[in-house]
Amino acid sequence: MAEAPADIEALIAQFARLPGLGPRSARRLVLHLLRRRSAQMMPLAEALGRVAAAARDCRTCGNVSTAELCPICADPRRDGAEICVVETVADLWAMERSGAFRGRYHVLGGTLSAFEEVTPEALRIPDLVARARAGEVGEVILALNATLEGQTTAHVIAEALADTGVHVSTLARGVPVGGELDYLDEGTIGAALKARRGV
Amino acid sequence: MEWRGEGLLLGLRRHGEGAAIIEVLTPDLGRHAGVVRGGAGRRLAPVLQPGAQLALVWRARLSEHIGTFTVELLRPRIAEALGDRVALQGLGAVCALLLRALPERAPEPGLYAATCALLDALGAPDWPEDYVRWEVDLLGTLGQGLDLGSCAITGATEGLTHVSPRTGRAVRGDAAGGWAERLLPLPGWIAAGGAAGPAGALEAGFALTGHFLGRALASLGGDAALPEARARLVAAALRARG
Repeated sequence: MAEAPADIEALIAQFARLPGLGPRSARRLVLHLLRRRSAQMMPLAEALGRVAAAARDCRTCGNVSTAELCPICADPRRDGAEICVVETVADLWAMERSGAFRGRYHVLGGTLSAFEEVTPEALRIPDLVARARAGEVGEVILALNATLEGQTTAHVIAEALADTGVHVSTLARGVPVGGELDYLDEGTIGAALKARRGV
Repeated sequence: MEWRGEGLLLGLRRHGEGAAIIEVLTPDLGRHAGVVRGGAGRRLAPVLQPGAQLALVWRARLSEHIGTFTVELLRPRIAEALGDRVALQGLGAVCALLLRALPERAPEPGLYAATCALLDALGAPDWPEDYVRWEVDLLGTLGQGLDLGSCAITGATEGLTHVSPRTGRAVRGDAAGGWAERLLPLPGWIAAGGAAGPAGALEAGFALTGHFLGRALASLGGDAALPEARARLVAAALRARG
């Protein structure tokens, strides 16, 4: 039996579908918002409405945006000679948090997967090749996960870019900053050992 | 219900927010699926990579339930494959093919041992040849075994140059006669062991097993197309061979 009016139950059901929330936490959240209707609920509803109406993929890089170009692609201070290829927008945000990269991005929207039948055509690889051919790009940095799918995708991209003349590089693999060898998995230690360099 | 053993991780997909459903190849129960709690989390993600050899404990209330695995890493393989294009595509091809071709919970101790040995040799110069021979063994496991020991027409054991695309039996070149162009070439290195030599001979080996694997997959009632991962391995191996 429903405990609240149908509209509120429907709202709880919508919240319960979000990551990290279940029916109980969704109910608590809605009750919290109902107690702060003007201070929190209305601004949240307005913000959701605005973003839902305006959100789209950047037409150049695939980043989430509210305009035709995302802020990074629209920023003239970003270095257009370097493109960093990432799997998802979450990865792009992680790179931006580091503050270490001043170039532009290309969001693939996934990786090739033998298990889920994702093919190169389903990703934005042709768009990347077109950007590389456009002339301004000097280097493409493949910032893909160190997994079978991520590195398979990296190889496919490297092949697709082979005749564009751009330099293709990939992120290093190994011991993370602050990492202790004792706590690292064997695969990471093995990769770090393989990628060792002179001091 | 509970069993303990080891297995090779073939594939993984997320299940809910933090869990994963993994599929493993075990010696005693064949391809087996189960849920790993926290399998998509930060701690287990590096462990649950395709090709990893795992110590497994599987528990469920009834044997037909999907059940839950607890896992411990015995041997990682992804790191060895990441730096080598052929090894990486090879690891993907082995896992994708086993996921497509094997029935669930059918014991395959021989195939398990052969697959572990194949993956242990990842990165070796003649690994693509080992892979083709492993596919010949896999065809036998799938009930589509090739008979490459003697000629289907004369019974001769020497000079075998072709394979019937219908029966999978070897044929001597001089016995094939006018049918030769309808038969598949049989590269000598498959039975003789060792390296294939030029890329063309290696390609003929891939074509031979690919033909019969396609038939085997079609006989399972699904799509006859081989996994994309295998096509990527073939391309990478032939490119590496020049």
